[in-house]
Amino acid sequence: MAKLMNARSGGLALLALVMAVSPLGFTNAYYYDVAVGALFNAMICVGLNLLIGYGGQISLGHGAFFALGAYASAIGTSRWGLPPLAALGGGAVLVGLLAFVLARPILRLKGHYLAMATLGIGMIIYIVLKTEAQWTGGPDGMGVDPLALGGFVLATDRHWYWLAAMLLLVVVWLALNLVESPVGRALRAGHGAQIGAEVVGVDTSHYKVLMFVVSAVVASMVGSLFAHKNGFITPDIAGFHRSIELVTMVVLGGMASIYGSVLGAVLLTLLPQVLAGFDDYEAMIFGAIMMGTMIFLPKGLLPSLITQIRKRAGGRS
Amino acid sequence: MSMLEVEGLSKEFGGVHAIEDLSFRVEEGHIHSIIGPNGAGKTTLFNLITGIYTPSAGQVRFDGRPIGGVAPSRLAAWGLSRTFQNLQVFFNMSAIENVMVGAHLHVDRRFWPSLLRLPGSVRRDRACRRQCADLMEFVGLGPYVRAEASSMPYGALKRLEIARALAAQPKLLLLDEPAAGLNATESREIDQVIKKVAAQGITVILVEHDMKMVMGISDHILALDYGRKLAEGNPAQVRANPEVVAAYLGAQC
Amino acid sequence: MAELLQYLFAGLTSGAIYALAGLGFAIIYNASHVINFAQGEFIMIGGMTTATLAAAGVPVPLAALAAMAVTMLVGVALEKFAIEPARDSDVVTIIIITIGASIFLRGAAQVVWDKEFHALAPFSGETPIRVLGATLMPQSLWVVGVAMAMIAGLWWFFNRTLFGKAMLATSFNRLAAQLMGIGVKKVLLVSFALSAALGAVGGIVVTPIAFTNYEAGIMLGLKGFSAAVLGGLGNGMGAVVGGLIVGIAEALGAGYVSSAYKDAIAFVIILVVLFFMPNGLFGKKGVDRV
Repeated sequence: MAKLMNARSGGLALLALVMAVSPLGFTNAYYYDVAVGALFNAMICVGLNLLIGYGGQISLGHGAFFALGAYASAIGTSRWGLPPLAALGGGAVLVGLLAFVLARPILRLKGHYLAMATLGIGMIIYIVLKTEAQWTGGPDGMGVDPLALGGFVLATDRHWYWLAAMLLLVVVWLALNLVESPVGRALRAGHGAQIGAEVVGVDTSHYKVLMFVVSAVVASMVGSLFAHKNGFITPDIAGFHRSIELVTMVVLGGMASIYGSVLGAVLLTLLPQVLAGFDDYEAMIFGAIMMGTMIFLPKGLLPSLITQIRKRAGGRS
Repeated sequence: MSMLEVEGLSKEFGGVHAIEDLSFRVEEGHIHSIIGPNGAGKTTLFNLITGIYTPSAGQVRFDGRPIGGVAPSRLAAWGLSRTFQNLQVFFNMSAIENVMVGAHLHVDRRFWPSLLRLPGSVRRDRACRRQCADLMEFVGLGPYVRAEASSMPYGALKRLEIARALAAQPKLLLLDEPAAGLNATESREIDQVIKKVAAQGITVILVEHDMKMVMGISDHILALDYGRKLAEGNPAQVRANPEVVAAYLGAQC
Repeated sequence: MAELLQYLFAGLTSGAIYALAGLGFAIIYNASHVINFAQGEFIMIGGMTTATLAAAGVPVPLAALAAMAVTMLVGVALEKFAIEPARDSDVVTIIIITIGASIFLRGAAQVVWDKEFHALAPFSGETPIRVLGATLMPQSLWVVGVAMAMIAGLWWFFNRTLFGKAMLATSFNRLAAQLMGIGVKKVLLVSFALSAALGAVGGIVVTPIAFTNYEAGIMLGLKGFSAAVLGGLGNGMGAVVGGLIVGIAEALGAGYVSSAYKDAIAFVIILVVLFFMPNGLFGKKGVDRV
């Protein structure tokens, strides 16, 4: 079991299998809707984990990059009549550039100072989106057309589910590639022992900047997809809560664990749906689960799970 | 031309001189040891040579080029590599990955081939992994090729740093107390490793408290005390120097 | 001139609240290197409890004391049940725990109270005081005065009492403090109690100006964090100065630039400061040892 989790092909196959079989339990469109949200979050979190888990750099502002992608697609397609893919790509390029410009000065900061700076950038973007109503529709938000690729319009949540599932597989595959490559090793080394990495020629800040840009671009692209799928966006998707939610998914699932991010994103997206029946107690239970998980499984769900399985397996042999 | 030239080097921390007006040269292919009591400034000197600290005065030239203000990662590309007294191991990675990071400058580290796992870059990475496994064998870490760094004992980690530094293919290798915490047998193994490294033409600068090791393998010794040069010469000369004996060796003999 | 003065009054008032919140962050950070993202909820609980008790006919001073006690209890419980068991975890893990705690406390507040806004009557009436053409609400004087008293009290505690000095010592060198017989666990507990009390006081004095509801702590908490980081983490005076800068910048920005961008201005200032001073205005420089 643990071997299967680690082996790249085994993991990818398992992920594909789970995503292929899950719809058997989806009894109505609402299930698909929630599932697409979970897959979108999973993609962002896989990207974000490259920065946080592997690179050791926290960001409390990635919700804003997600929102910028969403607004780029919304404004690009509805105001300028761009084809959706062009708007998505354009948004990703702009967000990538923004992230690149911000990354150098920001990533010089350490720990809580970095948390503050990324939080500040997220808040500024959020406030701009809320205030510049002539572009964004202000706090009331703006409508977005459905995604049309060639002549095909993704009209139903079922279409979106299969698109998101395929994209998640691609994102996970790319992330695994990166982590196991010289680029990923250099990134992890900078996190493990910065000076140790520097003296063998690793320009550690280069890799931190690179991952900041990569994770921002992933968030932006998913934001674009989200805008088309949802058909309507408000500045709240750039808010502090959104950014915190993403980081929580990464940490809860397991830092420096690609599949952990998928697990964390899916569970935390589903949790509010499960808790919806508790009405007023929903937030309390949600907070308690967050605290409890981190207290008892500080390494996150998947790494703790794998350790447990290994221990059991080791105990038997 | 000497491999390394140190001229009038000084470093002070808040008025305290850790290194004061120090000059010496390191010849190519030699094993050059730096000895001195704790606090003599040996590690500070290493940090100055490898670009981690900037000197308060004086300069260091490596292969004729001044290293002042050059980032450690650039110096590594020039052929300078080192290990650390207080380990700088990547505990979040496996042992062999630690060594592979050492080979960073000699692998295909372009973004897109890495992201897309292009066959060529995968092949080169496999070759790199094999070479790094060989390097681990070379420093006596054969049993740890499949280990996680976080599960290795202290002595093995010291050697892991040596393997990592060698993977960078340096011209000059600085070893900061490679035998600290090792037992006598392990120390003799490190002796052999260092000799083999030097035999490959890599210049070695060694900081070490194990006098048996220092006297046994060094071509040249520099004795420091309070950041200043106390004596310099071959092992016999340094051993015979009364000041060295008083300041340092005396306590040991 | 009158206009500027007016903005300064507003800025000082909110700055004083941010300073108290920032001090709460600084005290806990000093004792444990934890950033407590539930600090804003202390403010909310202090305000809500006082408002509810006062509405039920309890005299305000009594209600305020009770609110402080309740909040301190919450703070101590948070330390005991959520922070203490996770002492050795990653920084990020502990951040997530405190964020979980803040969500939990907001949820609890929503259950105990409701989602409505709660008001508290100003302590000394609502007759504005006129100063050089600007008006000053008496409650603003309460806010600034109480904040100053709290700051002075803290200064005395950390510089003049044995236990306060011991707490500071712990922040500089945990091991040395332990060797000298200072109970690190106790220091942690007291730091949470103190921060909670500070938060509660801030919540109590600000409620007559801003009302309060279960979400009131979010923004105040973020501003407090901003103040603490701007001043340099762990530096008490830095947090106070940081709080005043954020408060005044906001008020001036709202007045002269745009009220919509008032919050953004504070964040821009923080970013600019951090770009040039990565450890805040008065923060200690960290040195990497190898």
